[in-house]
Amino acid sequence: MNPPIKIMDKESMRRALMRIAHEILEKNKGVEDLCVIGIRTRGAVLAERIQGYIKQIEGLDVPVGVLDITLYRDDLTLVATQPVIHETLIHFDITNKRVILVDDVLFTGRTIRAALDALIDFGRPATIQLAVLMDRGHRELPIRADYVGKNIPTSLDQDVQVILGETDQQEDEVVIQNKHKV
Amino acid sequence: MIEWNKHSLLDLRELNKEEIEMVLETAKSLKEVSLREVKKVPALRGKTVVLLFFESSTRTRTSFELAAKRLSADTINIAVNNSAMSKGESVLDTARNLEAMNVDMIVVRHACAGVPNLLAQNLKTSIVNAGDGCREHPTQALLDLFTIKEKLGRIEGLKVGIVGDILHSRVARSNIMGFTKLGAEVTVCGPSTLMPPGIESTGVKVTYNVLELIEQCDVLMVLRIQQERQRDKYLPSIREYARMFGINKEKLRHAKKDILIMHPGPTNRGVELSAEVADGEYSVILDQVANGLAIRMAVLYLLLGTHGKAPAGE
Repeated sequence: MNPPIKIMDKESMRRALMRIAHEILEKNKGVEDLCVIGIRTRGAVLAERIQGYIKQIEGLDVPVGVLDITLYRDDLTLVATQPVIHETLIHFDITNKRVILVDDVLFTGRTIRAALDALIDFGRPATIQLAVLMDRGHRELPIRADYVGKNIPTSLDQDVQVILGETDQQEDEVVIQNKHKV
Repeated sequence: MIEWNKHSLLDLRELNKEEIEMVLETAKSLKEVSLREVKKVPALRGKTVVLLFFESSTRTRTSFELAAKRLSADTINIAVNNSAMSKGESVLDTARNLEAMNVDMIVVRHACAGVPNLLAQNLKTSIVNAGDGCREHPTQALLDLFTIKEKLGRIEGLKVGIVGDILHSRVARSNIMGFTKLGAEVTVCGPSTLMPPGIESTGVKVTYNVLELIEQCDVLMVLRIQQERQRDKYLPSIREYARMFGINKEKLRHAKKDILIMHPGPTNRGVELSAEVADGEYSVILDQVANGLAIRMAVLYLLLGTHGKAPAGE
């Protein structure tokens, strides 16, 4: 097995997320009606960070929430045992809000499909925009991101791993690695 | 967390500590669904749950039905009086016929202990015990554990008192099992005629002095006096029971300041519990009902995860 290749370090991750925060503010002309919702687990951490950068830039807090999409997965009838459900924490009404949905890696698009269905059950947002740190291609559904940290061409037998201080107790980085051959 | 591989929930006897904790954790995450504007998630779309109740029930049946519906499963209620069983069909035959229609789960309540086990041994469908005779009522114990953990943050090391008709109580049996597995210390209390002989062998203490019980416990679980089971004169009178063992404000003056008062319902106000205590500051009776829904959602979600296949490992 080849060693993992680092494709983003801590500094470039910070710059990418800061740029995304700027782009969000530019596109939405400020923070009015804005809210940020991250998909568990790493999307939730990235959502917190983007919210922090927005505060640095504009000096204003936007609401931030956490979404667990397990109950909306399209493969629940295929897995052998039920995946663990974690709490969804959205303590504000998203109706008529501009929702920035955040995830770490955009791949097949199935997670985002599940997240969109879940969000619609919470209310009727004015818009939902998608921000991802990495876009690795191979979409299986007609979904694209509005804000991308980095586009990275991959093959299907590679894994893209986003490592974050908050969840992995390790310095931020993104690595790409060939999957274990069984 | 561990991997869940149970296909049926028959009693708390068969669950280990980790499995009980997994149900509680899952329920914690699912509780939020009932607070949404749209109280429904698609997790169990296309699954069918049959509620087969041979004994009357409002709370438990409604709770299971709502739990299934909030997870998008279809539900069917079988009222025993209107069914083929009133024409003499056996329980097992009825269940086999339901299975032939490809239902995914049968939730069963029956006056005879062991009926859920009988069904589970003979069918591939998931079986959930919603109360069998005087034996067990596992989802009630799970929701009690969940409520205590939510209110007090822990189970381990707590002193739990259970007062009332221990002899006929499936709630008491399931709770003793659950509490001792999670490390709480259980004391049971009631008239000696309603105390099963040898109950100490389950790891509980016994007292006949209700004030002594109230003084020491963090949680007091009050059981219903099952008037339908009193034909054999276990008690001289209901009034005497109320005076000796009924929990009222006067007796609670001896209690710890933050004691939790629980009751599995339905309550006989003025018998085992006075109205002012039932509606008072220590009572978590309605929290128990709300949490019951979350627990049943968790049980349905976890059990139907093995989607009709044999449990893992077979």
